[in-house]
Amino acid sequence: MKKLIVLALLILAPLAASAEESGMSPANVDISNTASLQRGAKYFTSYCMGCHSAHYVRYNRLGADLGLTDTELENYLMPAGAKPADTMDSAMPAADSEKWFGRSPPDLSLEARSRGTDWIYNYLKSFYVDPKSATGANNVLLPNAAMPDVLWELQGLQKPVFKKNEDGGQTFDHFEQVSQGKLTPQQFDQVAYDITNFLSYIGEPVQLERRNLGLKVIGFLILFFLFAYMLKREIWKNVH
Amino acid sequence: MAKITSEDNERDLIDVTGGWLGGLRDWIDERFPMTEFWEKHVSQYYAPKNFNFWYFFGSIALLMLVNQILTGIFLAMNYKPDANEAFASVEYIMRDVNWGWLIRYMHSVGASLFFVVVYLHMFRGVMYGSYKKPRELLWIFGALIYLTLMAEAFMGYLLPWGQMSYWGAQVIISLFGAIPGIGESLSTWIRGDFTISDITLNRFFALHVVAVPLVLIGLVMFHLIALHEVGSNNPDGVEIKKNKDKNGIPLDGIPFHPYYTMKDIVGVTVFAAVFAGIVFFAPAMHGMFLEPANFEPANALKTPDDIHPLWYFGPFYAILRSIPDKLTGVVSMGGAILMLFLLPWIDKNPIKSLRYRGMLYRRLVIVFGLTFAVLGYIGMQAASPVYAEVGQRFAELYFLFFVTSWLYSKPRSQGMMVAVFIIVMGLITVLDAIGWDPNEVQLKLYSWLVPGVYCAVFMLLPAFFPKLNQPEQVPDRVTTGGSH
Repeated sequence: MKKLIVLALLILAPLAASAEESGMSPANVDISNTASLQRGAKYFTSYCMGCHSAHYVRYNRLGADLGLTDTELENYLMPAGAKPADTMDSAMPAADSEKWFGRSPPDLSLEARSRGTDWIYNYLKSFYVDPKSATGANNVLLPNAAMPDVLWELQGLQKPVFKKNEDGGQTFDHFEQVSQGKLTPQQFDQVAYDITNFLSYIGEPVQLERRNLGLKVIGFLILFFLFAYMLKREIWKNVH
Repeated sequence: MAKITSEDNERDLIDVTGGWLGGLRDWIDERFPMTEFWEKHVSQYYAPKNFNFWYFFGSIALLMLVNQILTGIFLAMNYKPDANEAFASVEYIMRDVNWGWLIRYMHSVGASLFFVVVYLHMFRGVMYGSYKKPRELLWIFGALIYLTLMAEAFMGYLLPWGQMSYWGAQVIISLFGAIPGIGESLSTWIRGDFTISDITLNRFFALHVVAVPLVLIGLVMFHLIALHEVGSNNPDGVEIKKNKDKNGIPLDGIPFHPYYTMKDIVGVTVFAAVFAGIVFFAPAMHGMFLEPANFEPANALKTPDDIHPLWYFGPFYAILRSIPDKLTGVVSMGGAILMLFLLPWIDKNPIKSLRYRGMLYRRLVIVFGLTFAVLGYIGMQAASPVYAEVGQRFAELYFLFFVTSWLYSKPRSQGMMVAVFIIVMGLITVLDAIGWDPNEVQLKLYSWLVPGVYCAVFMLLPAFFPKLNQPEQVPDRVTTGGSH
């Protein structure tokens, strides 16, 4: 038994370590927050889907999970001409985007699963003005990102302040606001959060259902265990 | 004392001698040895009555094999083994196929838990000497199952066609390239192409769903036939067949059914709860069972920052990486697996269970378990000089377990113990001198203490304090309720 505990600790240690090291502010996504997901879907279709697709996501699945009718989907989320069973594809042809940005923007269906939600949340908040970049923007989390600062109108512009290291290099310290956006910083954080939350949801739309079913399955197994254990005791009572 | 007599067990729980059901049974038995088979392998297979918690993992391993086959069948109905469609078809299963997500998670989590269970099952065998005469062949079949399982898991991991699938396969297949002369052509032959490609994916699919499972099922049958031929070992390592009643029934044996079928149902339920906990609440297990990089489609032009196989290959991958020279690394990794096959002939101590083999041997086995766990951890980390050094030292400890097992397999003189200590530590020091790096002197010297202390404790200590290695009296009959 002791060995098992040690083994378990050895396996869990790297998990605990990985959660602390990154230095990013945590996203704390909550996909049971349907209002946030609905807002996230709206921001996603307005600001992201110009370039990015979410090719594995169907509008009608979105409607079912986010409590939207087909009419609401058509009015608020779907591009003209799309059908509810269609997948969320960007209208931008890949050949064009490669010419314009140097690479075609990645599909975002699984971004939350490959990068993690903390990364997305921080990435969205880490764009800054960089005159040397072709798009006029750069990102602290993904240096020389090909992606322009699409949320600048909301966030306003910011520039990074670096601090000197002992070895002469520099590391990012914090941002300084250059110009005000339409939203206050708190409001903008909420936007970044909603988009992150939405990406977490589309990364695995079944998450909520999965956990609900899990509780039932484990509940059943506990009940079953009690009966199985009692039956085992009964059968084994003659064995000494 | 067991009060069960053979007469009790001749009657099944449900009496079907009369009626149409009994008639059907008789009709079948005249044409097919159904009842005979059931009795031989289940209702009158006598297993020691003192199995502890470690003995759950054999039947759970069988259950996991069934789980993998059943979920695998349903996955194969929806999966497309095509480089252009594979990744998308997995997402199709996750999103559009009814219950597809559950089937997929049961398969992916099931693969990892299969290995957890197999490792615990193997460790049980090491603890209680279940590889020793007359169970050598049983153990060999087990080791072959493990080897086959590794091939099965490796090929299966390519199928989702994610970044880690692709690059993991690339790295592992390129290992064959280290074999002198034929290496390069051999890896090309395995891939069917010069790089991992659609062709590789297609053949891995065929091997993963047809060829290897067939071998696996065959080996599991051999494993069980061998087990039922020699009978199960137990935590005391006492042969229950040595003490039989007048009917030829082992005094310490109880029929597998209903005793162990019922007990295993309890064990399986607990295991199923753990399984469900992972499937429903952490199916990716924080990147250990499904790696983040594998949610990105395979891209031959973009190498991930850190390529490493899934956790269950960790220990052997760590041994491979601990040696800078590729060929030596591959040979060491192969040697590490070969050791398992040779174990019955390395450790020929007549006492089976670690319960009676003395204080030091118990520690030796525990340290072996820990060594394996540390290697597994290092195998999952990005390469760094410190990890490489620690990996090398624990790789040494892995092999030293087998050296020490051989040393302990019979009473040795003081001189012999000291001589082995000097030879082993001399060899390790020479190896250190060969790979000498003036920048890493301190690290090398400190880490030298790892095998140094190990050998001092397990080789020098018993040379001067033989009591530490003193075996205890093995009882004639199995013990129950003991907590060793």
